[in-house]
Amino acid sequence: MIGLNHYLIVSGLLFSIGLMGVIRRKNLLMLFFSTEIMLNAANIAFAAASYFYNDLAGQMFAFFIVAIAASEVAVGLGLLILIYKKNGTLDLDDLATMKG
Amino acid sequence: MENLVYIALFAPFVSSLFALMFVMVPKQTFVGIVASMLLFISFLASSILAYHIVMTNEVIYVRMMDWIVVGNLSIPFGFVADHVSVTMMVVVSLVSTVVHIYSIGYMDHDRSFNRFFSYLSAFVFSMMVLVMSDNFAGLFIGWEGVGVCSWLLIGFWYHKKDVTRDINPSISPSWAANEAFIMNRIADLGMLVGIFIIFWNTGSLQYDVVFPKLSEIAVISPEILITAAIALFIGAMGKSAQFPLHTWLTDAMEGPTPVSALIHAATMVTAGVFLVIRANPLFGMEEVAGVSYFIASLGTFVAFFAASMALVNRDLKRIIAFSTLSQLGYMFAAAGLGAYWIALFHLAAHAFFKALLFLGAGNVMHAMHDELDIFKMGGLRKKMRWTWGYMGLASLALAGIWPLAGFYSKDAIIESAFNEGNLILWAMLVITAGMTAFYSFRQVFLTFHGDERYKEFGIHPHEMYKYVLIGMSPLAILAVVAGWGKDWFEGFVTNLLPAYKMSEHTHHLVTTLTIIVSVFAVSGILIAAFKYIRGLKRSEKMENSFIYRLLANQYYIPQLYAEMISKPYAELSNIFWKSIDMKIVDATVDAIANIVYKSGDGSRKMQSGNLSNYLAWMTFGAVALLIAALISSVLG
Repeated sequence: MIGLNHYLIVSGLLFSIGLMGVIRRKNLLMLFFSTEIMLNAANIAFAAASYFYNDLAGQMFAFFIVAIAASEVAVGLGLLILIYKKNGTLDLDDLATMKG
Repeated sequence: MENLVYIALFAPFVSSLFALMFVMVPKQTFVGIVASMLLFISFLASSILAYHIVMTNEVIYVRMMDWIVVGNLSIPFGFVADHVSVTMMVVVSLVSTVVHIYSIGYMDHDRSFNRFFSYLSAFVFSMMVLVMSDNFAGLFIGWEGVGVCSWLLIGFWYHKKDVTRDINPSISPSWAANEAFIMNRIADLGMLVGIFIIFWNTGSLQYDVVFPKLSEIAVISPEILITAAIALFIGAMGKSAQFPLHTWLTDAMEGPTPVSALIHAATMVTAGVFLVIRANPLFGMEEVAGVSYFIASLGTFVAFFAASMALVNRDLKRIIAFSTLSQLGYMFAAAGLGAYWIALFHLAAHAFFKALLFLGAGNVMHAMHDELDIFKMGGLRKKMRWTWGYMGLASLALAGIWPLAGFYSKDAIIESAFNEGNLILWAMLVITAGMTAFYSFRQVFLTFHGDERYKEFGIHPHEMYKYVLIGMSPLAILAVVAGWGKDWFEGFVTNLLPAYKMSEHTHHLVTTLTIIVSVFAVSGILIAAFKYIRGLKRSEKMENSFIYRLLANQYYIPQLYAEMISKPYAELSNIFWKSIDMKIVDATVDAIANIVYKSGDGSRKMQSGNLSNYLAWMTFGAVALLIAALISSVLG
């Protein structure tokens, strides 16, 4: 029987993969993918919890997150294209211009 | 009448503020003239008040405003013109008017002429507050005010460099000023304690509330009264330079001579005596008779002790300073014996002739280009007739020769010692009277008579300006006549102060006693004349004798204080500075600064500008917060 814990473990694993991506990856596009993974990890947790508690609020939140993630990607990808046009790269190490 | 009280009090203050406006500009003679006129106005107002009180016997109370009102504590700025304070007001304002006029001439060439008048008038204002206040708090303000002005004026020539004690026993004006101030601080602590004790036990600081309550306290616990009396007297000892806090007074002679005349002879140093007279309901009680007896004994001791040091001193101003000390001792002797009105009488008479003596010394100093060693003077009588007359007159008054002021006042003190049946005190005071006559005339003869030793040093003495000499004349007249009103004065002040009557026995012997004192005084003068009138003959043998050196070095007390107190204190301060301040306090502060600095420097590396690093740090921060939340939830 697949219980809530299984879903949460999957969600946690996905979140950790996303987090590792955020920390380790140097390409901005990859960072976007990683954040999307993290968002969807949260979505899984929401949906699962919603189902197991018979409360639709969690699923509603998951929809909101999908919508927000979509708009974020639309804006973010546009910015990425501009950055790429300007600098010819998306590598963070090459984009580090604001050294303190 | 109230307005007169305000005029008498605030005219010196206005004068001080007026002079203050000109401190940054070069000498302006009119500053001195305006200051003198304002002081004269103060004198006039005081005199009218005195006349009014003499005529109507009415005490004038003025309550200017509330000063401190907190809970049960209410201290007003209140002033009182009664028999005692009005006497002091007239004396203070008269002497200070003369000194102001004198200073116009004396400070003629000083570049800080205007500043001098500002300080001098501020002093007179503080002194007026001191004598006129109707409560202990106001008295204390005046007390501290005169202390500050004294400090400012002793250190008036602050630019002079420090020298060693062998060259100048008072080292430098700024050193002397600090010494005076610090010694007075020690005594003022005692005085503050006394005031606190009084407030704690009576709930007020107003004289007319405190004094009636003393007898109630005496029933409950006389120890409180004794402690209060001792504490107040410690304050008086500092201000009036009684042993062992006496060394500052002679060093205070580093100030300009008008300052010595006004502050360190005629007025401020008598504040201690004034305090004892003012607090006579306390000091006169049966329960504190022991303290009063101590005051009388200490006064007699100081009279003798100071006179002995004056016998061999070579410094013109220091001799007069020692004689001031000695006369203050006389006043304390009288006050301690319960003869408060006699103490006040001597205080007033002494103020006149001592100020005159100092101003005369100032003339000599002016003529001799600041030379003070009487061994380098001599024969000045030919050049300075007026000054010679004034100083001779003042010295006669100081020596107590009939019919001058000192004769009446000092004689009365010596009589009261006899009257109390204390023959030891009496004998010491009589001997001191002889010594007083000797050292006063030793100084006069060495300065004005004999061979003209100053010629070797290429000095061309000249007499002081005419207007200065005329300005000094009121003091000269008073030095002569002040004693004649003794019986009238007794009647006047004993309206407020306890009457002190000689017993029948003393009354019978009064002529004999007077003759004894006069014989001592006259023989003192004759010995001085015999030794010095023809000129200075120094004897190596005497100057190398133990007693001569002991006296010339002031019983080695300044050296003793330096070795026993100043040096260990400096050593201790050095240790505290190096080991505690530098190693603990400073190190702690530095360490805190270093932690902030180093951690800032270290964390600066986080600002790499690389988004990847920032994200890593953000994650680290989020995880750290999570762990913290976890720990706190586990620990509950």
